[in-house]
Amino acid sequence: MSAPHDRPTAAELIESVREWLERDVAPSVDGRLSFHTRVAMNSLDIVLRELAAGNDMTQRHEDVLASLGVSTDAELSAKIRSGELDGSLAHVLNSLAPVIEDKVRVANPKYL
Amino acid sequence: MESLRRLTGGASRETWRFEADGNDFVLQRVRPGRPDGLGCEPAVLSSAFAAGVPVPEVVVDGSLSTELELPFMIVRAVEGETIARKILRDEEFAHARTILADQLGTAAAKLHSIDHSHISGLASNDQLTMYRKVLDDLGEPHPVFEIAFRWLESNRPTSGTVALVHGDYRLGNVMVNADGLTAILDWELAHVGDPMEDLAWLCVRAWRFGGAFPVAGMGTYQQLFSAYERASGVQPDPDVVRWWEILGTLKWGIMCIAQANTHLSGVARSHELAAIGRRVCENEYDILTMLREVLV
Repeated sequence: MSAPHDRPTAAELIESVREWLERDVAPSVDGRLSFHTRVAMNSLDIVLRELAAGNDMTQRHEDVLASLGVSTDAELSAKIRSGELDGSLAHVLNSLAPVIEDKVRVANPKYL
Repeated sequence: MESLRRLTGGASRETWRFEADGNDFVLQRVRPGRPDGLGCEPAVLSSAFAAGVPVPEVVVDGSLSTELELPFMIVRAVEGETIARKILRDEEFAHARTILADQLGTAAAKLHSIDHSHISGLASNDQLTMYRKVLDDLGEPHPVFEIAFRWLESNRPTSGTVALVHGDYRLGNVMVNADGLTAILDWELAHVGDPMEDLAWLCVRAWRFGGAFPVAGMGTYQQLFSAYERASGVQPDPDVVRWWEILGTLKWGIMCIAQANTHLSGVARSHELAAIGRRVCENEYDILTMLREVLV
């Protein structure tokens, strides 16, 4: 999948940095730096989850937009804003739910 | 003056603590390049103090002074904890957690009764219009936020009640000790508007900091509303509070985009600000959950 690149894969590289932050950096810093180390680890976790999700989420997003007759979030936003979809806002919202859940599943799965 | 030391402050102010004649004081000075100065915050704080709201007492209003080169104010120091996660989890605050929602309801009622007629310069901007512009300027449209704007526009509360509103009334901006609330801080966003904005902002999920209950993560709506009614005689309308809670969630969602943008545009490169961009979807999720209950 990552050819022509050698191992480690992109995910494995990120994982190695994350492990180093957790094992070596986090225990030896405090205060602001400790907080910022946790923020960094959290960002790497987001990237790892996004890589693991692969193309499924992109596909679902495209499918949902297509089912609503648009191809981008910007286009859908403009349509909602114009009032054109006022009669079916509940339907639009329900259609978007799986996409929003995908985003949260990558960004902060504990939130769901 | 003794033991002058710098405290970690916000983005717009530097904060110092010192002793004088055996008493503790806090000095806040505007950072360079902040033309709006202290605004009307010292006047608002003094009025709040006079009305019996738990706030630090202003002892020197230097908002128009040039003595320290930049506008400043000195307040009597108040002791307590402001870090939300500690207040929500540390054993020390176990009792405080059982009464804080009540205390915040009572304090809100008091602050909404402040006579603000003599305070000049208080903003009274329409929040919905304001954040519409912020989102448009950021140029990152989100369909769920657009649905929220449509719903909020067509379901505006009609109560018409207007009061002095704190504007950032939430965990993180209140000081707490083992007995509960000791002070309400950070009045920079005080303005004139619907008082229910404050009650709702306190309940926005981001400000529950992972706590299981709606009010500051530790209390029920019923606790908050009852305390508010006892102190003010006004019974909060849950539908109006929910309108403001949806708007509050939308506001925080837009602020998350703005904070990530501060990094992305190069104004302040920071991995912390960058990461906040991935919190936008938490607000989309919360809006979705709340709007599904009211949209049919």
